[in-house]
Amino acid sequence: MSKTFDVIILGGGPAGYVCAIRCAQLGLQAAVVEREKLGGVCVNVGCIPSKALLHSAMVANLIRHDAKALGITTGDVTLDYGVAMKRSRQVADQNSKGVEFLMKKNKVTVIAGSGTLQAGRKVKVGDDVLTATKAVVVATGSRVKGLPQAGLEINKTTVISTDEALFLEQAPKRLAIVGAGAVGMEFADVFNAFGSAVTLIEVLPRILPLEDAECSAALARAYKKRGITVLAGARVKGAKVGTDAVTLEVEANGKTESIEVDKVLMAAGRGLNVDGVGLEAAGVKLTDHGFVQVDASLRTTAEGVYAIGDIAGPPMLAHKGSREGVVAAEAIAGHKPHPIRYDNVPSVTYCHPEVASIGLTEDACKEKQLDYQVGKFPLTANGRARATNETDGFVKIIREKKYGEILGAHIVASHASEMIHELVVARENEYTVEEVDLAIHAHPTLSEAVAEAALDSMGRVLHI
Amino acid sequence: MITKVVMEALSPTMEEGRIAQWLKHEGDAVKSGDVLAEVETDKAIMELPARGEGVLRKILVGDGVTTAVGNLVAVIAGADEDITGVMGEGQKGQTPAAPAAPAAPAASAAPAAPAAPVPPVVPAVPAVPIVPVAGAEEAGRVKASPLARRMAGEKGIDLHAVTGSGPGGRIIKRDVTATPVAPVAPVGGGGEGWKDVPLSQLRKTIARRLTQSIGPIPHFYLRAEIDMERALEAREALNALGDAKISVNDVVLKALAMALLQHRECNAWWQDDHIRYFNEVHIAMAVAVDEGLITPVIRHAHRKSLREIATESRALADRARARKLTPEEYTGGTFSLSNLGMFGIDEFTAVINPPEAGILAVGAVTPRPVVVDGQVTVRRRMRVTMSCDHRVIDGATGARMLQTFTRMLEHSLALVW
Repeated sequence: MSKTFDVIILGGGPAGYVCAIRCAQLGLQAAVVEREKLGGVCVNVGCIPSKALLHSAMVANLIRHDAKALGITTGDVTLDYGVAMKRSRQVADQNSKGVEFLMKKNKVTVIAGSGTLQAGRKVKVGDDVLTATKAVVVATGSRVKGLPQAGLEINKTTVISTDEALFLEQAPKRLAIVGAGAVGMEFADVFNAFGSAVTLIEVLPRILPLEDAECSAALARAYKKRGITVLAGARVKGAKVGTDAVTLEVEANGKTESIEVDKVLMAAGRGLNVDGVGLEAAGVKLTDHGFVQVDASLRTTAEGVYAIGDIAGPPMLAHKGSREGVVAAEAIAGHKPHPIRYDNVPSVTYCHPEVASIGLTEDACKEKQLDYQVGKFPLTANGRARATNETDGFVKIIREKKYGEILGAHIVASHASEMIHELVVARENEYTVEEVDLAIHAHPTLSEAVAEAALDSMGRVLHI
Repeated sequence: MITKVVMEALSPTMEEGRIAQWLKHEGDAVKSGDVLAEVETDKAIMELPARGEGVLRKILVGDGVTTAVGNLVAVIAGADEDITGVMGEGQKGQTPAAPAAPAAPAASAAPAAPAAPVPPVVPAVPAVPIVPVAGAEEAGRVKASPLARRMAGEKGIDLHAVTGSGPGGRIIKRDVTATPVAPVAPVGGGGEGWKDVPLSQLRKTIARRLTQSIGPIPHFYLRAEIDMERALEAREALNALGDAKISVNDVVLKALAMALLQHRECNAWWQDDHIRYFNEVHIAMAVAVDEGLITPVIRHAHRKSLREIATESRALADRARARKLTPEEYTGGTFSLSNLGMFGIDEFTAVINPPEAGILAVGAVTPRPVVVDGQVTVRRRMRVTMSCDHRVIDGATGARMLQTFTRMLEHSLALVW
């Protein structure tokens, strides 16, 4: 095996492997060093398998709650998390194999092992020292973490992370989830559908704390209706971790209550894989928040070393990492890539209904004292949503009053993750609400609600 | 088909050109667009392209010979075509720079080749118009986002005068936000990034009287000595980052551009019957070359970072010394800057480059004893002299501009960078 490459990428997740493909497209010889499976957390223990489980959850809810009204009567419905889990593994494995294929197709060398950065664009893997003639790209990603200060160190049996939850053979009877960001919300959805008694605990005043407050409220209502206990503004003060159960001391609304569960799923933040990578020795500096310090071209403070993905800073999202991989590859190849607009990275939570957003929340607009007008369209007024019995949700567009700029857009809908993109395109190209309305939307679609929200922001809504 | 090769007007001010060197020789096959010769104009060495296809049959003006714009210098034709007809047209002194294309020396000019179409007369390229180089402009259409268009429309900003920083040079919101709105009342014509203001009777009288007194351009001079400590500290700090080497001149140029932005009454051209006030600041920067000097222009200098200015000024100076500047690169300045500091000159006055209304002459940064807080101390100081065209700039107007410039360098570095 050759030990010299144009570009060596540490980590084969969605940032690293996309960077490798783009490097190959630009005529650079790339190598990816990966210690586990190609595709990283996203493909193996993140985005992909969780979406498979969420699909099972959606079908379970559909059969149990909606089928009869849709003219389908079933017998007793049996739920088996183990089967759903095994299917999710197949999906994940298929995707990882897909990445392997892409590496072969693009003639990217994949090296199994842990890479350690050394000075002078060198990477040590086991006993081998590889040299990059152009650049080393650090894309080591992030990992699950516990909450040791509350006595919740991950023990993989009663206190678990998503790494374990994704491999459970059966759904726990009683489950507490600490953290109601995207991950906590999605697993609450899954385990609730598979029969667990779920308590969702969020320290901030509302679930989905980074989303628009109206989205949080809509999901809090939907979850309560489904029997999920939602405790927002609640702090885990302490925990008694046993071999079969965990007792949590949770303080909320000024009183402390004791909650006994079979398992606790930790979904409050992620730890960065910056240790053991050799960053310091290579002269790569970190920010005060522990991320690797990078410039607009993803260059670190060390000559010839780039950083992309989760370690390069928030938002810690696969699609942000992939784009950084493309930008870094183009910068390495001597191109002048268009800088990433970090204020225009869509955020999606795949719970039911889904939540998707872009840009500023209404609270952020208030804080910035922007002159804005909200346009909102409920799905109860959308024909397609009524036809498919998915009227839970709305589209909300925040329009800057003077010039019509789309300051932010927030969607709660069964397919919000697919609907958000026309607004991402609009914002990326600086279309205003008028251009969104000018584009004819097919009827009947959920996306008509986007056009109606745009109209409503101008006071011209048609269907309410 | 016969194509006449004439001396073209390769720069807006060119009246004659000297054939520096023929790159194609008699008998060479040429295609349209091939460079036939290098021509030395009043400003630079330019390329004379072929406007037709065939064989370079005859060279009429040899290397080193100067001829007027419009004169026949060579003939391109088919290998066997009779070219005696066109050869007859000798060097008739000053032929018009741009002869009307259809007025060809009719069929009689090529009697031996009746089948051949009327030989085209190659029109000289029109003088290059002075337009800001805007990447966003394509065949008259401005590439701009809908939001940028709406904002520009609302604020009365002409997008032709805005440089786009989006993908492919597209004008986006931040470009419009960064474009200051013109302060001058729209009295006369305007539009393309400037405003034309007709002369008032007072201005006419001032212009007439001062011209009688001191010459075609009534100069007056404003001097200032500037404490450069802070500016130099900032420059040193920026250079320590190692991204680009920023010279004192780059810092001065940036400060001048920012000051002119606030005093657009000095960012103007004298146009005989009106004054043209520019929205954008294009600084013409005097560069010494072997035979004299030339002033390449840093366009939109107020909107460029110091790093961009440093890179661009160096590239332009190199091209100027190599006499490789294109007319677009040395025309269209709105104010000039001349720096002789590197020659150890303490202070001097510079001559205005018309139609610009002013030029700033910059001397060397020198340690000088000054009184600070009642104590004599040594500070690095720089003397500048602003030459003003009094028909455009009055004493107080120029003084205010110079005051802002001084402040930019002495205090408000944050505003500049």
